[in-house]
Amino acid sequence: MNRLTKLSMLLLAALALNCEAAGKANAQDLIADLSSHRVDITTGFTGADLLLFGSVDDDGDIVVTVSGPRESVTVRRKERVAGIWMNTRSMQFNSAPNFYAVAASRPLEEIAPLEVLERQQIGASHLRLRAAAGGKKLLPEDENTFRTALVRRKQAQGLYASEPGRVTIIAGKLFRTQVHFPANLATGTYTAVVYLIRGGRVVHAQTTPLLVEKVGVGAEVYTFAHERSAIYGLVAILIAVAAGWLAAAVFRKV
Amino acid sequence: MYIYLPIAEMSVNVLTILAMGGAVGFLSGLFGVGGGFLMTPILIFIGVPAPVAVSTGANQIVASSISGVIAHWRRGNLDFTMGFVLLAGGIVGSTLGVLLFKFLESLGQIDLVIKLCYVVFLGVIGGLMLLESVRTILQVRQSGGRRRKLHQHTWMHGLPFKIRFRKSKLYISALLPLGIGCFVGILSAIMGVGGGFIMVPAMIYMLGMRTSMVVGTSLLQIIFVTANVTFLQAISTQTVDVVLAILLLVGAVVGAQFGSQFAVKLKGEQLRGLLALMVVAVCLKLAFDLVVTPDDLYSIVVSQGG
Repeated sequence: MNRLTKLSMLLLAALALNCEAAGKANAQDLIADLSSHRVDITTGFTGADLLLFGSVDDDGDIVVTVSGPRESVTVRRKERVAGIWMNTRSMQFNSAPNFYAVAASRPLEEIAPLEVLERQQIGASHLRLRAAAGGKKLLPEDENTFRTALVRRKQAQGLYASEPGRVTIIAGKLFRTQVHFPANLATGTYTAVVYLIRGGRVVHAQTTPLLVEKVGVGAEVYTFAHERSAIYGLVAILIAVAAGWLAAAVFRKV
Repeated sequence: MYIYLPIAEMSVNVLTILAMGGAVGFLSGLFGVGGGFLMTPILIFIGVPAPVAVSTGANQIVASSISGVIAHWRRGNLDFTMGFVLLAGGIVGSTLGVLLFKFLESLGQIDLVIKLCYVVFLGVIGGLMLLESVRTILQVRQSGGRRRKLHQHTWMHGLPFKIRFRKSKLYISALLPLGIGCFVGILSAIMGVGGGFIMVPAMIYMLGMRTSMVVGTSLLQIIFVTANVTFLQAISTQTVDVVLAILLLVGAVVGAQFGSQFAVKLKGEQLRGLLALMVVAVCLKLAFDLVVTPDDLYSIVVSQGG
């Protein structure tokens, strides 16, 4: 963490110099970058913290969102059937981001009105999640309950932000925030969006991509299991056979 | 020390998994069961997705049964004929089981079915074992005790396709062990267990085999059934996590050694009584979870990556 802070300070200083130089030529209102554009899921992966930093020329509020690759999620509802809780109704949401984090320089409600937050999909509860067509007919209020449940479950898994993080603005010019990625992160391309909001309106926005990948042994095992599943199955059995044999051989002497 | 499980897609503490493997291995060495009926619920409890827990559990049981079979084979407690008849049924059963598993998974009821199977089978078997061991302990106290009839004729002996099982000294219909094998195969695919805790009582009470012969023979067929389950799950659901299986194995192998040393100090009926208590406890816990109102009525599952 310490190293990260030092690094961020250096980067911020460099950026500040850069901005002053650029400011003379052609003012760029918003510049932002990530401390790294990759998150590697290695064998020892327990989560990652990335620093998002940048500079802003005008005053206003900074809001940062990071969203993961879209996926199709089924939300199931349990009901008591003959004394036992079982899944009865379900609803599918076709493009829910796998991961969603948000950070802001002030509470979101103070920065922008609800319509703007909803239009820009800022805040986990403002994500545009639509139930897939087809299946059983459900009432609109059901869709709402299921959508809220989806967000709530994702928050419980640590994949959606429950509370917006903090964006720190230094001297009205430089800003930084830390984004935490939990250990149960999915692979794919993530997008970080930085908004400059003034007077309740989005003045500027900048998008930065971020790649999350499995690397090393874990990645190879996963690819192996999915692409050559028959051989993978045989190898899994062989490992077990060898281990069992070895155990029997070793313990005979004991 | 954490390690990322590539198939379960989560980080786990290596020491936790080793300790779990060790504890289950200790109990399996102590009681002579595969321990899958404990391992799978524990894995689900620490957050491993149920399908991964089931498939990986099966993979781990392959290893522990092989080391068990070798030990029993050395003592001559293996009936190969019986083992292979059970096996024929087991292969059919586990193939059916994997298909059933896939179907239930698509319905969204797989978690419920896994838990229900556990509750029903652990409850019935734990209860019966508990009764039997308590009765034995009481009888021993009363000294002497009546001897059970060696052989009883029932409707089962009227079935066709009779085969002579020399090692077990039995002349019974092949349909019986075939049926038992098939049934246990279905269960091991759905529950991720070797089925020893069902197979062993069935062989003793339904087939009338000697207890010493039963354990080795049941382990022999469990190897093939769980290997078949591992393979089929690997190709149809890709839920076998080799990294997790290896970690569990290492713990289980060491734990089993201590367990079998400890087992020498206890009497047979005390062992069975303790095992029965444990089985009933696991059953009650699972039953309680099914009936009690969950914290959140909703659950989510990723149906397809983006």
